[in-house]
Amino acid sequence: MTAEIYRAIVDGILIGGVYALMAVGLTLIFGVLDIINIAQGVLVILGAYLSYELAARLHLDLFLGLLVTVPAMFIIGVVIYWAFIRRLRGRERTAMTLLVTYAVALIIEGLLYLWWGPNFKQLNASYVNSSVHLLGFYLPYVYLYGFVLALALVAALYALLYRTKFGRSVRATMQDETAARLIGIDVNRVAAVTFGVGVAVTAAGGMMYGATSGGFNPNSGYDLISRLLAIIILGGMGSIGGALVASIFMLTVESLVDIWSPNWAIIVFYAALVIVLLIRPTGFFGRQPVRAQ
Amino acid sequence: MTAVKLYKPGAILVVAVVAIAFPFVFSGPVDTNYGVYALIFVTAVSAWNLFSGFSGYISLGQAVFFGSGAYTVAITAHDWHVTGTAVFALLPLAAVAGGAIAVPFGLIALRVRRHTFIVITIAVFFIFQLMATNFSFTGGTIGIAAPFLPWQSATFNNPFYFIALGCAAATIALAWLIRRSRFGLQLRAIKDDEDRARGLGVRTMWVKLAALTLSGTITALIGGVWFLYITQVLPQSGFDPLFDLAIVLMAFLGGIGTIWGPVIGALLVEPGRLYLTTKYTNGYLGEILLGALLLAVVLFLPRGIVPTGGEWIRKLRTRGRPAITPSAPAAEETASVGGNR
Repeated sequence: MTAEIYRAIVDGILIGGVYALMAVGLTLIFGVLDIINIAQGVLVILGAYLSYELAARLHLDLFLGLLVTVPAMFIIGVVIYWAFIRRLRGRERTAMTLLVTYAVALIIEGLLYLWWGPNFKQLNASYVNSSVHLLGFYLPYVYLYGFVLALALVAALYALLYRTKFGRSVRATMQDETAARLIGIDVNRVAAVTFGVGVAVTAAGGMMYGATSGGFNPNSGYDLISRLLAIIILGGMGSIGGALVASIFMLTVESLVDIWSPNWAIIVFYAALVIVLLIRPTGFFGRQPVRAQ
Repeated sequence: MTAVKLYKPGAILVVAVVAIAFPFVFSGPVDTNYGVYALIFVTAVSAWNLFSGFSGYISLGQAVFFGSGAYTVAITAHDWHVTGTAVFALLPLAAVAGGAIAVPFGLIALRVRRHTFIVITIAVFFIFQLMATNFSFTGGTIGIAAPFLPWQSATFNNPFYFIALGCAAATIALAWLIRRSRFGLQLRAIKDDEDRARGLGVRTMWVKLAALTLSGTITALIGGVWFLYITQVLPQSGFDPLFDLAIVLMAFLGGIGTIWGPVIGALLVEPGRLYLTTKYTNGYLGEILLGALLLAVVLFLPRGIVPTGGEWIRKLRTRGRPAITPSAPAAEETASVGGNR
């Protein structure tokens, strides 16, 4: 039993890293643009399918394939922003942006169905199926690689936000859009690039999801987006560190409950969200960490 | 002026006559099926609008009530061995269940606003869908079938048509009453500026909760009707994410916060959706088209048919003489009110 619990905690932390990759993009987009990108879930799946195609047709390694899929997803993100989101203004903007991204999600999901069909796919590589014996556990290599990749990408995003000129203009836009515009920041460009970056990291998240989830199809996006939303609210909307902590926390809790009853594990996910919000409506980290500093 | 005053009741009378005559003119089961679905959605969208449209709290968890109503009728009929037309006596129970679920739902979700509120409604929705899948008394993934109704298949749809019509008419009337009442004004004050409304003495939490409960009660009732009509409920069909989305789309297309907007939106979209699902059975193309329609509505008709249409009519009427132009911030509000006067 004790071994099972340790195992569940290690699993939770490692898979939490994968979820952090997807959640970070969502929370970044929220922090800068003040919109919730419902399409994030299906974009993760799109990223997984892109990796799948590269691996199946060109026999490209999954991690090397990211060099192609990440820029591709960046472009897709920028296009979505320019075509649909840029024009939305005014009182109903919250609801409007939500509907637009929901609509984009529906369209992408439909296209994925048309292209790849409803059958479940999985990403395969040598390191997906082989394990390493570490601290008494057998861990698939891909979990370890993925966790390292997740940490590296989150760190890179942090560096981008806090150590570059672009990051400074992003944070200025987050603090006060009008003031940022006044001092000469091209707010539209910042927003477009942020949306692109937020979508681009899902390519990595999607690849990891495709390799670790045991199968995905176009419909998997719904399950994903609801979990991601729970994570970013729990972490505090707009907080990158919060997203990382909340992903690991949620996935560990889920993985612990999974020992007892797999069917109820997902409910605990949402129940934890509701309970935490009852106590602390701003989530673990509020909206401050990204905005401060 | 009398002509204008008579115009509105006259229009309502015409709509009522058309609605009642519909199943007699188009009496085939295929046609009445369209009618039943359209009216179920008129009711559901109007109920959504009672809370979300008036208060500005966009809920994407309305299927919680719809599915709960369906499951309430299903479970009680199954466990108490209710058969035949007696099942219709269970519908009030569905309504009560909807209201009972709305209270704790609201107490949790209404503590937060805007995005967080929307996401909480989505989370609650998924909790309910998972509960329906995992509990044994809901029949799990197999769901529950409705008792057999001993009606002829040619006219099977007609009683449902009139029940749904009754629900729709009552909901529209209720929306009209609320919009004119103090309660409706309080809701709209919350939509405009919740903190200021509270400062002016509106008990915002109570008002929001009352509206959500009312909306949940009606939605659960029509969910029960839907279950008896379709004769089966599954976790995916009772708690359907596309249901939430479709409702919001219909409300936005018609114009949220108005009385007739949701009605027009539902009447336009639901038959089209039904047609697409019967024509393209795989559903993918229908999904893409629904998404594209949603995009088009938000980008090109962001305020909906009723407010925009009302503005055009006013422009036509005031052509040639100086219209009274309200100051800029009030313009939007006047326009949306003007649409359904």
